Amino acid sequence: MAVAAATLPVATPATRTTSIGVSTMQIAKRSLLRYMRTPQLIVLGTIQGAMFLLIFRYVFGGAIPIKGGIPYVDFLVPGFITTGVLFSGMAAAAGAAEDLQQGFVDRLRSLPVPRFSFLTGRAVADTVWNSWGLVITALIGFAVGFRLHASVLDGLAALGLCVVFGFAFEWLFIMLGLMAGTPQAAQGLALLVFPFTFVSSAYIPVSSMPGWMQAFASHQPITYMVDAVRALSQGHAAEALIGHSTGYLVSGSLLWALGFVVVFGPLAALRYRRS
Amino acid sequence: MALIIEAQGLTKRFGKTQALDGLSLTAESGQVVALLGPNGAGKTTFIRAVATLLQPDGGVLRVGGYDVRRQAAAVRRIIGLAGQFAAIEPAMTGRENLEMVARLFGQNRKSARANSAAVLDTLGLTDAAGRLVRTYSGGMRRRLDLGASLVGAPRLLLLDEPTTGLDPRSRIELWDAIRALVGQGTDVLLTTQYLDEADNLASHVVIVDHGRVVASGTPSELKSRIGGRVIEVHVRSGEDVATVAQLLGRFDHGEARIDQATRQVSISVERGGPVLMEALRTVEESGVEVEDVALRQPKLDEVFLALTGQPSTS
Repeated sequence: MAVAAATLPVATPATRTTSIGVSTMQIAKRSLLRYMRTPQLIVLGTIQGAMFLLIFRYVFGGAIPIKGGIPYVDFLVPGFITTGVLFSGMAAAAGAAEDLQQGFVDRLRSLPVPRFSFLTGRAVADTVWNSWGLVITALIGFAVGFRLHASVLDGLAALGLCVVFGFAFEWLFIMLGLMAGTPQAAQGLALLVFPFTFVSSAYIPVSSMPGWMQAFASHQPITYMVDAVRALSQGHAAEALIGHSTGYLVSGSLLWALGFVVVFGPLAALRYRRS
Repeated sequence: MALIIEAQGLTKRFGKTQALDGLSLTAESGQVVALLGPNGAGKTTFIRAVATLLQPDGGVLRVGGYDVRRQAAAVRRIIGLAGQFAAIEPAMTGRENLEMVARLFGQNRKSARANSAAVLDTLGLTDAAGRLVRTYSGGMRRRLDLGASLVGAPRLLLLDEPTTGLDPRSRIELWDAIRALVGQGTDVLLTTQYLDEADNLASHVVIVDHGRVVASGTPSELKSRIGGRVIEVHVRSGEDVATVAQLLGRFDHGEARIDQATRQVSISVERGGPVLMEALRTVEESGVEVEDVALRQPKLDEVFLALTGQPSTS
């Protein structure tokens, strides 16, 4: 190797801490490139999502009656899209753990960037990644017979709501990832999403569950979120089924989302400081 | 002369392990300082403390005049860190990696691009700059990692075992790259387990064990304290080991070391060549059958033995 002697950077050392905007964007860009340039991840993720949607739609769907004449596919797809953000959250947890394990966090900490830009960068990247997943799932949903029974604007609002939920859950998953330390352990911890997604109104009506389980299922955040998305995309029929107005459900679900950010944001930050 | 690193009585404990146990050292600007020691000696803990990645429990640590505890942000502006685990992104190209780090150093897009190009050129990576790092060899990754610590034009470069795990050729290439930087006036603190690495790169060597400084000085000072070379004689029959040890003992400062299991006798000598000839003649005249003879650099274990009277912990 020929080492040129006089071509070193002429930059002067940094004189102040880099802005939070620039550092967040740079870190987000890196995480996104990491996702995008791992085609296995995209293909497998899409296939997996499509497979589960087909199974619910065609295998279980016939045995699950929905009151009020809503077709099961219209009941299912909003639930499926909403809970999708939780499943892609597992990848976010693993990603945060990897960054810690592989030294990226160390490199960042030795740089003159705001301390928490790692967290904001990851949250932005994972939210963008989530949104991409949401769009794909919605398209597959339409392909298997899902239809909007509300305005297109309401449909877009429903999708936007899912993006907000994804952002809110991000903080929980980043915290789990940092706690776990290794991607494998992070995936394990993230399995916690299963009871929350299944014991909710996402795939079947809560009324078919035993009473003690209903008490949990109807009051936990995911049910609020799923119902809000369902009411927005299905209009009056869904409102009648759920027994609440769209406005009530949307504000309730947004409060839950805010709660997640307020609780898990600082916890993730605390965890990041200590790790 | 300005001090780039001042450490006084640093302590750090992880559970039951006392990683730093009152470590004190000073490094002047314009020097390459090598921390030499076995695994677990506290080298990495110290370099992480200098890089503001961990806080010492006690003692004082100043980098470029800034206190690492109270002025961590100022310290981060003047250091560049390259780690044992190359912290670069495999899913990005070499150029993208460097430009990202440059931007994180607060450079605008234009100077980030220019500086990255210059660093890639310095490290001989221009041809590979557009390829994803996942296609790089181990040596190229280390070089890029070194580059990532350079784009911010740091005053002090921290290299944690920069060549561990590299093949000999990549090792020499990385040494060349580091030497080129030093020529530009960057101060360097590096850790290593290899005596020859410290010898090749450093103007000042600090030997660390059990979280404390055991000895320090220029490479030649340290070497003259332990003898510059080692002669190793491997005999055919185990019975001859003692005889050869007695014969060779005369050439050593102290005594010949015996390894009965491998039938080897070794001595430390100041100058290899002439003594080697004489020692071999002596052994030959005694009629002992010799299997193999080697003249080599002292190993870290021998340095420790000579300086501390204790075998190293590794």
